[in-house]
Amino acid sequence: MPAIEVEALERVFEGGVRAVQGVDLEVADGEIYGFLGPNGAGKTTMVRMLTTLLLPTAGSARVAGHDVVHEASTVRRSIGVALQEAALDPLMTGRELIRLQATLHGISRAEGKRRGDELLDKVGLIPAADRRVGTYSAGMQRRLDLASALVHEPRVLFLDEPTPGLDPVSRKTIWEEVTELNRGGTTVFLTTQYLEEADQLANRVGIIDDGKLVAEDTPQSLKAEVGLPHLELSLAEEVAERANGVVSRFGKLLPAKDGKVLVELAGGATEVAPVVRALDDSGIAVESLELVQPSLDDVFVAKTGYHLEAEEDDTGEQEVEPT
Amino acid sequence: MSGTLGANLRVVAALGLRSVKQTFRRPQLMAPIIVFPTLLLAIQTGGAGSAIHLPGFPPVDSFLQFMLAGAMMQSLMLAGNSGGIALAVDIEMGFTDRLFASPISRFTIVLGRLAGTAALGALSAVWFLVVGMIFGAPIEEGVAGALVAIGLVTMSAIAIGGIGAAVALRTGSSSVVQGMFPFVFVVLFLSSAFFPQNLMLEPAKTIADYNPLSFIVDGIRDSIVFGFSSSVMLDAVLSVLGIASFGLLMSAAALRRWVRTGG
Repeated sequence: MPAIEVEALERVFEGGVRAVQGVDLEVADGEIYGFLGPNGAGKTTMVRMLTTLLLPTAGSARVAGHDVVHEASTVRRSIGVALQEAALDPLMTGRELIRLQATLHGISRAEGKRRGDELLDKVGLIPAADRRVGTYSAGMQRRLDLASALVHEPRVLFLDEPTPGLDPVSRKTIWEEVTELNRGGTTVFLTTQYLEEADQLANRVGIIDDGKLVAEDTPQSLKAEVGLPHLELSLAEEVAERANGVVSRFGKLLPAKDGKVLVELAGGATEVAPVVRALDDSGIAVESLELVQPSLDDVFVAKTGYHLEAEEDDTGEQEVEPT
Repeated sequence: MSGTLGANLRVVAALGLRSVKQTFRRPQLMAPIIVFPTLLLAIQTGGAGSAIHLPGFPPVDSFLQFMLAGAMMQSLMLAGNSGGIALAVDIEMGFTDRLFASPISRFTIVLGRLAGTAALGALSAVWFLVVGMIFGAPIEEGVAGALVAIGLVTMSAIAIGGIGAAVALRTGSSSVVQGMFPFVFVVLFLSSAFFPQNLMLEPAKTIADYNPLSFIVDGIRDSIVFGFSSSVMLDAVLSVLGIASFGLLMSAAALRRWVRTGG
């Protein structure tokens, strides 16, 4: 039985905003499913419906074999949820929070204490367990949120954007913990706007754009589908247009990224030298170049027509730049 | 007791305990419950103490004795309001999502918050009774009177807290709930909390005559100052039940809307 089955799921908000539009998907038991998309694509709305926090306006969804509308309480017993931006009470201590979570799941006091301490130990928070959560770093808060989502040993774990705002080390720690959990048999539904995160963690990736699922497969298959490597060329701004004319003779031009000219090269590395020579013959100086193998970003571009940027600002927010 | 009921009661107790700890750990929530009413009590008792000599003023030993019920009423109303603010803050920071994603009856989330408000109401009643005794305002009916006063204040805190919770759930905004603060004082001053309604001018007197808070204050005051009167106590209890029903129905409706719209 699949861990998650979604059929023609929709959510229309007041005012007619269609956040999720007829999404079909299936997540197998024991799988890590990466749900990739920019801000506002419908990822969080999808997670809120699957975790029974929001009613769908059409379609159906079953999680752990139970309908999210008609068997919401049973669904909630089977899932762990760590929502976007760890929803923690800064005035509680880590230990208090995880024990409260155990009580919410009907776990006895003694068992809640045992499991809570075990999980705090697992995520390396025992030394900080009696400190107020408000004093924790963002990484510690994320780890506590993850631990509290696991206190009742859920069959399916929903992680909504687990790593924005985290430093690379904390991000890696979360990835390792998610991988280890999955090895233990937990199904993970992970929303992210980090291509690398989806690439590293997910067995399969679904790409959502404007509320619609535009692609779904393993990262390898999706990348193979877009196929060709591409050359990224940094040039002086004033020659970019002329350069486009030159390089387009060698392959399909891709949307520019960070001011760079991008061109697909069917022959890969063998075609780099001819491109550079052609530019040189046209009097265009190349500042730098890189041959890039297909990535999930290429898949994203191919499916949506724009790049999914993963640049964080100070608040940890990320921005999508249509090209 | 069925397993489900037992589990729900455990959750209510755990959330109530969290609510009380939260209040003690956040001074801005504690101040309106204890500090402000105590200061107002001291100022009014010091500044308007000779009011008890006005013709028609109820026969009390001191203005402090008269004012204790009003201070308790003010405290419990602000406890209800603070509970609403804390719930709205939970909504704003997403903590309620954690609770809503748990396999508990969603109304236990409101009941947990109200359990905390009730505990704070009881605490404030004890505080003002002790203040009264220290500064020469004895409880005429002794321990029984004190217990009745504490009981009425606790029930009233739940009733008022229900309204605070409903506004928090309906708006999801701590600023809006905080905006009810001045309204608390308006309805208090238009009741018998701080001045006998028979000495008020119109239209305040008529408003105070029908203000359910007057009936509750009179019930608390009766148990402290004048001894029990069954009719006064009945009016007080009915007023508490009326406000509680209104608050809980509003909360239930706001919760249903929340579930339907996802907040």
